[in-house]
Amino acid sequence: MFNKFDVLETIDMVQKEHLDIRTVTMGISLLPCIRQNAKDTAKAVYDTVCKKGENIVKTADSLSGEYGIPIVNKRVSVTPVSIITASFPDDAFLVGEALDRAADEIGIDFLGGYSALVHKGTADYEEKFLKTIPYTLANTKRLCSSVNVGSSKSGINMDAVRLMGEIVLQTANMTAKHDGLGCAKLVVFCNAVEDNPFMAGAFHGIGEADTVINVGVSGPGVVEHALKAIPEADLTTVAETIKKTAFKITRAGQLIATEAAKRLNARFGIVDLSLAPTPARGDSVAAILEEVGLESVGTHGTTAILAMLNDAVKKGGVMASSRVGGLSGAFIPVSEDIRMIEAAQNGKISIDKLEAMTCVCSVGLDMIAIPGDTSASTISAIIADEAAIGMVNNKTTAVRVIPCPGKQVGDWVNFGGLLGKCPIMPVHQSGADKFIKRGGLIPAPIHSFKN
Amino acid sequence: MRAVVTVTGKDKKGIIAKVSNFLAERDVNIEDISQTILGEYFAMIMLVDISKIKGELSVLAAECAKMGESIGMSIHLQHEDIFNAMHNI
Repeated sequence: MFNKFDVLETIDMVQKEHLDIRTVTMGISLLPCIRQNAKDTAKAVYDTVCKKGENIVKTADSLSGEYGIPIVNKRVSVTPVSIITASFPDDAFLVGEALDRAADEIGIDFLGGYSALVHKGTADYEEKFLKTIPYTLANTKRLCSSVNVGSSKSGINMDAVRLMGEIVLQTANMTAKHDGLGCAKLVVFCNAVEDNPFMAGAFHGIGEADTVINVGVSGPGVVEHALKAIPEADLTTVAETIKKTAFKITRAGQLIATEAAKRLNARFGIVDLSLAPTPARGDSVAAILEEVGLESVGTHGTTAILAMLNDAVKKGGVMASSRVGGLSGAFIPVSEDIRMIEAAQNGKISIDKLEAMTCVCSVGLDMIAIPGDTSASTISAIIADEAAIGMVNNKTTAVRVIPCPGKQVGDWVNFGGLLGKCPIMPVHQSGADKFIKRGGLIPAPIHSFKN
Repeated sequence: MRAVVTVTGKDKKGIIAKVSNFLAERDVNIEDISQTILGEYFAMIMLVDISKIKGELSVLAAECAKMGESIGMSIHLQHEDIFNAMHNI
């Protein structure tokens, strides 16, 4: 018989502390779908995703019912579309549109992989593909796009960084009536991972098996609750408590991942040990930092606590899962975290502090609304700064900023649902035009040469 | 195959009778029961055998939750593996 306190703890975690499996994501290889032209490729892509993913929602719902743990999102990631449309890049939209329809057909909210990997150089077909992103995101609902512009091993492709600044701005302008919502589905990475289950940056790497299940766990509310019980403890004890909590959360994810893979006839890929917030109260990563002892997230001390949190989550999670991957760490999106939104509203957190935080946690500048009149070169410079942090620190960094057309600092935007809402945050007014116009490649750091 | 049923809520008469009848009607066999009352708060945990149930486990879990609502209690039925996974190494 089980220890009754353990049983009731699990029930409380789900009922009161928002424990959930954030996403069950099926990675599907589209390499076998390449045909001679865009139309036939699009048809093969649609058929493949519909066939492989047809039971993902049903299976996840049954697992959720059987184990009593909500599975919030069911998603699909695919091979970067720039690869399968290399012979007809101008028509890549047709494949994107087919993927969007397939996502709708199988009942998932997002499908990731309208992506390109250009970290060491942009091929002609990739440049053409990148230019299809704004139109494609403006004319699809569920499709997500990501572009990898740098890596620790290859350096930063500044030509791609320059282009992505323009593409982010165009995407915002083409989705202007929804406050630039298209940019919420567009991530610019450095050191992108091939097995990330989280949107909008998920894609199915070409080194992956044919069909794979990756699971992203969550539970910032559970960690916050555990820390509330030890208000006087020193930081060693705080870190230990986070570790133990992360272990339990991850074990639930591992169970769901292996069972889902079995039922969906796919390989179990990885469990992504992430603390991912939602805009709901009690489901906030920033609230954990505040519980440790900050008056507001964003003040001095934020980076140190986040570093400890991120590390403790990994240590607890690694022990709990047979294979770990993805982004694995604490997410700090602004519009998707209630305490982060409140800090932004009260001027307690700046983009500069968020940038510092990205040095020690997973991912990067995420879901930040900026003024619509921000220049493309400023967006490129933001991307370059983040990519530099990722490159030098051997970690994934990303930029998902939303220049909101017609909005100024102090205005609000609401993206709806899990994407949340937030005030427009200020960016620096001094330009970086000359730097961005130079183009070229920032060479890889010396410590990346490990062979 | 086994599951854990938890029944929590304000204590009142006949909870065990109602829950065990409900489970028996669905071919669920109770193997172990632990029950406590903390003040007015009732908490019961049952380990049950579900190998003979006819439909899907997720459907039975949903029925249990609904039955709980009808008697003013919170009832959860979950596959035992979730507790094994989370609380044992």
